Amino acid sequence: MNFGLTEEQEVLKSVARRFIDEQAPMAKVREIMESPEALDEGLWKGMAELGWQGLIVDEEHGGVGLGWVDLVVLLEESGRGLLPSPLISSSLAAAAVSEFGSEEQKERHLPALADGSAIGTLAVLEASDIPGPEGVELSGTAENGGFRLSGSKRFVHDAGAATVFIVPFRAGDDIKLGIVESSADGVTARSFPTMDQTKSMGDLTLDNALVGADALLPVEDGADALARLLDLATVAITAEMVGSMDKALEITNQYAKDRIQFDSPIGKYQGVKHPLAEMFVDVETSRSLLYYAAWCVQEKPEDLPLAAARAKAYASEAFTRIGIDGVQLHGAIGFTAEYDVQLYLKRSKWALPAFGDADYHYERVATLGGY
Amino acid sequence: MDFKLTSEEEAFRDEVRAFIKENLSEEARKDPNFMATWLKNVREKRWVGFNWPEEYGGGGGGIMEQVILKEEMSKAGAPPLGTSMMGLQWVGPAIIEYGTEEQKKQFLPDILDSKYQWCTGYSEPGSGSDLASLQCRAVRDGDEYVVNGQKIWTSGAAYSKWIILLTRTDFDTEDKHDGITCLLVEMDSPGVEVRPIKNMAGSSHFAEVFFEDVRVPVKNLLGDESKGWAVTVSALAHERSGISEVAGLVSQLAQVVGLAKRTQKNGRPASEDPGIRQRLAKADAVIEGMRLNGQRFLTKQLKGEKLSSETSINKLHRAFLAIEMGEIALEIQGSTSQYTESTDGAGDDLGRWTSGALGWPAVVIGGGTPNIQRNIIAERILGLPKD
Repeated sequence: MNFGLTEEQEVLKSVARRFIDEQAPMAKVREIMESPEALDEGLWKGMAELGWQGLIVDEEHGGVGLGWVDLVVLLEESGRGLLPSPLISSSLAAAAVSEFGSEEQKERHLPALADGSAIGTLAVLEASDIPGPEGVELSGTAENGGFRLSGSKRFVHDAGAATVFIVPFRAGDDIKLGIVESSADGVTARSFPTMDQTKSMGDLTLDNALVGADALLPVEDGADALARLLDLATVAITAEMVGSMDKALEITNQYAKDRIQFDSPIGKYQGVKHPLAEMFVDVETSRSLLYYAAWCVQEKPEDLPLAAARAKAYASEAFTRIGIDGVQLHGAIGFTAEYDVQLYLKRSKWALPAFGDADYHYERVATLGGY
Repeated sequence: MDFKLTSEEEAFRDEVRAFIKENLSEEARKDPNFMATWLKNVREKRWVGFNWPEEYGGGGGGIMEQVILKEEMSKAGAPPLGTSMMGLQWVGPAIIEYGTEEQKKQFLPDILDSKYQWCTGYSEPGSGSDLASLQCRAVRDGDEYVVNGQKIWTSGAAYSKWIILLTRTDFDTEDKHDGITCLLVEMDSPGVEVRPIKNMAGSSHFAEVFFEDVRVPVKNLLGDESKGWAVTVSALAHERSGISEVAGLVSQLAQVVGLAKRTQKNGRPASEDPGIRQRLAKADAVIEGMRLNGQRFLTKQLKGEKLSSETSINKLHRAFLAIEMGEIALEIQGSTSQYTESTDGAGDDLGRWTSGALGWPAVVIGGGTPNIQRNIIAERILGLPKD
């Protein structure tokens, strides 16, 4: 029994924290978030030099060959710093190709995703707004072993920056997963302005776009494969949420120690210290649920759906409260654009619906638990 | 990160499971001497006082073995390993750490053999959350202390043979934590009077205890005079992850889910009601969160580090669940939640959930209210100034 980080993971964590502190302090984050893709090329290259984009890609295909617990350690740090980048999106696309791709597909995509020269993302959500296989309505028309796709995917993370999309669609009763490249005919992607400017989202529009036979992920059951990818996405998003919550608590706790009213630091008053204690309980419990889910990814895959659903459901409610309480405990200054705590509130709003909100995942917990 | 057991730990778990299978079979439970046999058999295994040193009759069990034993017993719905509950939980450990050789010989075997009950005289009418302000007075008179004062919320006072009592021997200390003295007092001493208090759920588990010129031999002083506060905090390597408690919560939740499935609400099983499903699922996630928090605490203990304020996290979750589980059960039942256990024809399900829903204060308030737990986290972990 050991619910702790290894020495290597501690090193990864401290290297990540130092890199983000030095290369992407809040002033830099605010600069990057003014761009529509919320992406800085220099920073992205620096991350690639540390191997982050290829962290979970095997060494044979140009990656570092680490596991999901390691990735979660890293994402906690990127979440702490609100690091604007397509790191999650690209890691998920890499996971899709790593777990389900043919050898040819791996050779074509993984080295480029791992070194950051390609950017990948999952493009799942449609008009139904259901973040699961049952929400997929996009229908493919068979052609020479491949399919033609016409339709659109909504709220695709990092749509404007992505060069490779993993696109689930229907073929009769089956779900297929296609690899769609942004350069192909009939593929248009654009980002649009959203509430949390540190995260870029947009639409992917497909107009008779071709997914050739060689671009179909060779999986037996597409719905199962998609469900697995969505569980991975859930874990990755929750990891950044936990990091963000932790930092929002840290900022607010510091403010409660510094701000003097009625001749005392406001953190002396129970009306302030009790919400902070609740935030701490929420952060630590979210983190416990998160790391178990991350461990399940590779060590106990049969437990992953329930573990991931519990983690995302709990963390979604927790982060929502922490975002609001963080601003509220600052008083009026928390409402200003200048103070960073508001950026964490916006991040909580971005994270809530991402790959399923609290209601969605609690319903999954109920269903998986046989209620 | 590794959530698996080692092969030695698995072997111990299998031993516990085999024991449970043999000793808790339906047939075994039907035997009129079941409880006596059970207590004798677990005692022979040295699983009673499992974390106590072997020289005092304990099992010398390691942290991980304690977790496994408690978790398996809890999962199986096993009876307690001993009936001297407070004796096993904190009186025994305090005697092991602070007691004289004579006290150890007198009390420890009796606790392990479930001979009688202990109760705990800590809270007073004016000293609840602020326990260290206690005023129950003990004055030395030759070979005896003379005790005068009152205790309250004393669980099990009516049927306990002994009480572990916090008194004040020095009223002039700068720090109110000094000057407190711990005495071991026989409940049938002249001058001790117990008045049961009826709680809102209808039972009288706790009581007021009055002390009027009660004479206590000095040999029953536990630890040093005026240093009694330390006695309340045991340093024994006691497994404190709370993981075994989680096994009990899991089975409680399963019972509420079962209730939801067989109870009609708005023309369909309550288990199909989206609001009920959300609440049940949330309770499930909090229970799992407690289990995993417990694994993190356990990891810390296994590394030889002491646990401190972080255990307040799970106490807050426990408080939430104690109330929420009863509330969900009542919501599932609708109007029939109004039945009590004494209502004629209320059926198997009804009534007992009402008692459960009214029983939460014992869990939520006993051992420190939620607001005290929040103070502990805010001041000791987050470093906020004291109120």
